[in-house]
Amino acid sequence: MKDVFITANTIISPLGFDSETNVSAIAKEQSGITLHNNISTSPCYASIIDHKKLDDAFSKIGDPKIYTKLEKMMILSLQNTISQATFSISDKTVLIVATTKGNIDALNSNFEPERAYLPILGNKIKEFFGFKTEPIIISNACVSGILAIAVAKRFLQNDYYDNAFVVGGDIVSEFTLSGFQSFQAISKKPCQPFSKHRTGISIGDAAASVAITTDTSESEAIQIIGDGSCNDANHISGPSRTGEGLYLSIISALKEANIKPESIDYISAHGTATAFNDEMEAIAFNRAKLEKTPLNSLKGYYGHTLGASGLLEAIVGIHSLKNNMLYKSLGMDELGVTMPLNIIENTTKKELKTFIKTASGFGGCNTAVIFKKVKQ
Amino acid sequence: MKKQLKTIAYCRINNNTISINGKSIITKDKDLSFSDFAKQIYKEKQLAYPKFFKMDNLCKLAFLTSEFLFEAAKLDSEIIKHTGIVLSNRASSLDTDRKHQDTINDKDNYFPSPAVFVYTLANIMIGEISIRHQIKGENAFFVSEKFNETLIEHYASSLIINRKSSHILCGWVDVDNNNYDAFMYLVAEKGSYNYSKEIIKNIYTQN
Repeated sequence: MKDVFITANTIISPLGFDSETNVSAIAKEQSGITLHNNISTSPCYASIIDHKKLDDAFSKIGDPKIYTKLEKMMILSLQNTISQATFSISDKTVLIVATTKGNIDALNSNFEPERAYLPILGNKIKEFFGFKTEPIIISNACVSGILAIAVAKRFLQNDYYDNAFVVGGDIVSEFTLSGFQSFQAISKKPCQPFSKHRTGISIGDAAASVAITTDTSESEAIQIIGDGSCNDANHISGPSRTGEGLYLSIISALKEANIKPESIDYISAHGTATAFNDEMEAIAFNRAKLEKTPLNSLKGYYGHTLGASGLLEAIVGIHSLKNNMLYKSLGMDELGVTMPLNIIENTTKKELKTFIKTASGFGGCNTAVIFKKVKQ
Repeated sequence: MKKQLKTIAYCRINNNTISINGKSIITKDKDLSFSDFAKQIYKEKQLAYPKFFKMDNLCKLAFLTSEFLFEAAKLDSEIIKHTGIVLSNRASSLDTDRKHQDTINDKDNYFPSPAVFVYTLANIMIGEISIRHQIKGENAFFVSEKFNETLIEHYASSLIINRKSSHILCGWVDVDNNNYDAFMYLVAEKGSYNYSKEIIKNIYTQN
């Protein structure tokens, strides 16, 4: 099988409009989550990209009036990633778009409701950059973004494409907010993953993108060495009590990477800060013998950015490897799960080679992808 | 390295007709709504799976198609457990998304419900099929303008070649307002029918 690498990457979030700015904000323990008075029937914590800042940045590359907020975030992200990439768009370049809800706000906005169809979103991005192949759209709940990396890797390994641009994005909308509120899943304070005092999620806007290739000349490259995406077969909206699907996904990724759990230096967990999710992850990581591995959830910085989250958090993980830094799991105070975990309580410098990114979502879906820093 | 794959069985549900491996086995009145059609099929098949009635139309359609397909495929339960599921459609979960949106449009009549919201994700259908058959294999849900047999073939082949799954449940399950269409097929290295994306495309377009 061919080696597959992640190269250029860009995060668009309230913390900044490129990956480096985002990672330096994380190093300073800054969070994008703030109290908003106008997004719901009552004030609510969320991580929201300012419209004016977004339009100012977007107006350098396009007309902000003719694109939705999500399209602007995704295009802005890809624009930067494409400009950094070592390859250009050819007829063997695939565009992969990952989103949970896409332009769902179009059901009740100034745009036509048809804009909510995901193929239209895919085509807007395709046309903006002149991609030559049909965009591949993944909408697999909250694992969409990280699953998109696994899909790209598998397509490149099997020679269907030479290289890929993967973009993931989701926005805070009344649609998703009201739904999570009906589940009583929204935290009254900024979310606190894995804490004893956690009371639910905060949601957030984000777009993230990466360039994926089999050919890199970077002296320190990030290779995707294993992946797995397994179902719990247990419940459509509640995580498995045994962490089954997540455990199986991790085992599948470790087996492919041909490494033992102790070779993993860092876990970038999903950590949504709901009672059941964080408990489920603790069980799965213990079953996989990863309970001693340093772990964080980045939801304290970004909130839950749905389909973008796995991709966004994988990018932060890549910067962790490159910077040899373990970033604090923001919002953590007292451990609030029944199994041991090694939560990163303070940002610390540490030599890192390998990390695993995991995510889980409604429908019982789970994904795990392992990344390794290789010198060449 | 490309592997020659086979189709084990295929099932189509559209226009209130169910066909297995190209043969029509059930046809109902064309004027029946999908909900009524689905309810009749459920009763006639004596499925005894009360969760069915909680599902939205998209999941009901996916569920029924997979029931007929697995019945025809006669797979060993160990194989079913590890089957990969790769499904796709055009409208994602918009059919149910509109229902959730209706519950929040009017601030004086605001009644979002978790029972509706949970179905505002198309991949829930993969969850429902997985729960029914205890399938803990690979999952992916793709969205495309029309049934993209090439995309599904690329992904199913990748899963088999990368040794993630030996059998893949592939297909297209779309519900949008009053229109619906489902086509599912099981692929593996051994099976009764020759497989290629062209053959699959032919089967799909002929019905």
